[in-house]
Amino acid sequence: MSASFTGKVFVVGDNIDTDQIIPAQFLNLVPTIAVEYERLGSHAMAGLPTGLYSVPFVKPSALDSEYGILVAGRNFGCGSSREHAPIALGSAGCRVVLAEGFARIFFRNCVSTGELYPCELLSRLCDSVSTGDEATVDLDAATLRLHHTDTVYSFKPLGEVRPVVDAGGLFNYARNSGMIAR
Amino acid sequence: MTLTEKLLARAAGKARVQPGDNLWVKADVLMTHDVCGPGTIGVFHREFGKDAKVWDRNKVVIIPDHYIFTADSLSNRNVDILRQFVRQQGIPYFYDVIDDPDGSWKFDAAQGNLKRQYGAQYAGVCHTALPAKGHTRPGEVLLGTDSHTCMAGAFNQFATGIGNTDAGFVLGTGKLLLKVPETMRFRLEGRMQPGVMAKDLILHVIGEIGFDGATYRAMQFDGPGVASLSMDDRMTVANMAIEAGGKNAIFPFDARTAEYVDARTRLNGTKSSYEPVEADAGEQFVFEMVVDLDKLEPTVACHPDPGRRKKARELGGMKLDRAYVGSCTGGKTSDFVEFARVLRGRKVVIDTFGVPATPDIVRDLQGTFWSGRTIWQHLLDAGVQMTENAGCAACLGGPVDTFGRINKAGIKCISATNRNFPGRMGNKESEVYLASPATVAASALTGCVTDPRDLLSG
Repeated sequence: MSASFTGKVFVVGDNIDTDQIIPAQFLNLVPTIAVEYERLGSHAMAGLPTGLYSVPFVKPSALDSEYGILVAGRNFGCGSSREHAPIALGSAGCRVVLAEGFARIFFRNCVSTGELYPCELLSRLCDSVSTGDEATVDLDAATLRLHHTDTVYSFKPLGEVRPVVDAGGLFNYARNSGMIAR
Repeated sequence: MTLTEKLLARAAGKARVQPGDNLWVKADVLMTHDVCGPGTIGVFHREFGKDAKVWDRNKVVIIPDHYIFTADSLSNRNVDILRQFVRQQGIPYFYDVIDDPDGSWKFDAAQGNLKRQYGAQYAGVCHTALPAKGHTRPGEVLLGTDSHTCMAGAFNQFATGIGNTDAGFVLGTGKLLLKVPETMRFRLEGRMQPGVMAKDLILHVIGEIGFDGATYRAMQFDGPGVASLSMDDRMTVANMAIEAGGKNAIFPFDARTAEYVDARTRLNGTKSSYEPVEADAGEQFVFEMVVDLDKLEPTVACHPDPGRRKKARELGGMKLDRAYVGSCTGGKTSDFVEFARVLRGRKVVIDTFGVPATPDIVRDLQGTFWSGRTIWQHLLDAGVQMTENAGCAACLGGPVDTFGRINKAGIKCISATNRNFPGRMGNKESEVYLASPATVAASALTGCVTDPRDLLSG
């Protein structure tokens, strides 16, 4: 599994709940049905109030996002237990979320599904980067480097959850490590 | 050990555990519904095979409740996916919308959304239905694909919300790797004054600790004040542990718990044996707070998060467009009784919606008379739009034709539900204010946020 990702950053503030990540009206889509998995991605972050977020995460009528890296403030993913949330982000092409803190169930769902690397920042980043900035996330070094300023920010190493996401989620990890039968 | 630690230790077969320990915990019940059930079933078949059987068909409870009374065809299909799975697996506890086990569900929009369109087995909102149908037992572990699964902590059990993938794992194996959370203790003293409800208690607590103040933690409510709280009250409180980020909430076991659980398991013929957990001397808490129930006042959580606490009186004069009573936390019989006590003989001045959580609650309200008129009738007289189609409805927005959904920008709604994030009840430019059913009623009568004590005493 690649240890670094380069791409555009999408920036959100504190307390982005699962309704903002994937609005409830799209929970009629079943993530294990391939075509519906794709459609979930097209609605990722569609619940952000347009007054606060003028740039959409996914362009109208697009299936995927041009932003591979999400930067957030405190308590990202709070609210419901819907696994549709990390799946929508993953389906849209996002690989990593860097937040000051995560809600418990969202964090766990990122890892169980293997859709996203949920990385906990050591300092507040969402006020110093802007949507559209180019950046590289290095999971081994646990850093994010902003290209235009060449500034490097650190985050907490993923530790035990990293190999689970690397493997593609809980089941693959459990099989690879012999915890459940192949 | 704290109540949560003792419960998890028992479920993992350990004599002692401490916060931070990762344990393989056995599930006593796995609950899923129409929104997360189809995905959970998809994960289960993908990972264990198309002919795989669940670990124990008597421990799986399936309750369609979220997107039922909608013409949205995918939502109707999702109920059918649950029914097919139940048939394939021989699962006894399935509270179907329709009576025909070989049928398919289709909501008939032409009949409107007020008259009941469900069959005899339909149970309504999963968290309210679980205890009512005899599936909550002290000392057990309940895992559910819904964040408000923590409501069952009212019954002295460990209950928490999980995602589809984890639930698929539980379906196949009956267990899940869980980390033992640190426990925060909320010691309740005294009793609540008239006009103050359990919703005010939990909104007060979330306001104190912040809406991520219990992230990764257990919230234990104990102390002498617990005895004065009904099981409905305890459910209201436990339900919203997740709104502070909590992993679970838990109450001690007492005579009220036993009375409720014994009655419901006997009535429904579900497993009636259980073993409560009791607190040890020397429990270790990461945080302790005393809540004086006598001092609580009607409380509101302002848009856009459940931690933005104000007293109802502090918001006096803030104009509203809509009022809503319903959901797992706020749509129980006792919630509608308080709602109706405030409204009785008066008229609402803003659009007001009532959605009972379960069909049993509809029956309670339609079968209980006050001065020759049912409570239901009193609510209609006051101008409330009441639906018999019990379910989650507009608490979480849902498909656009959902009863009570906010479909317009700029609407301010006061609601007895549990979340008020942007767009929670529909339009993402609308605002939701959380309050008790009594405060929602008082506010519906004036069109502004209103302390119900101002009307009850008058």
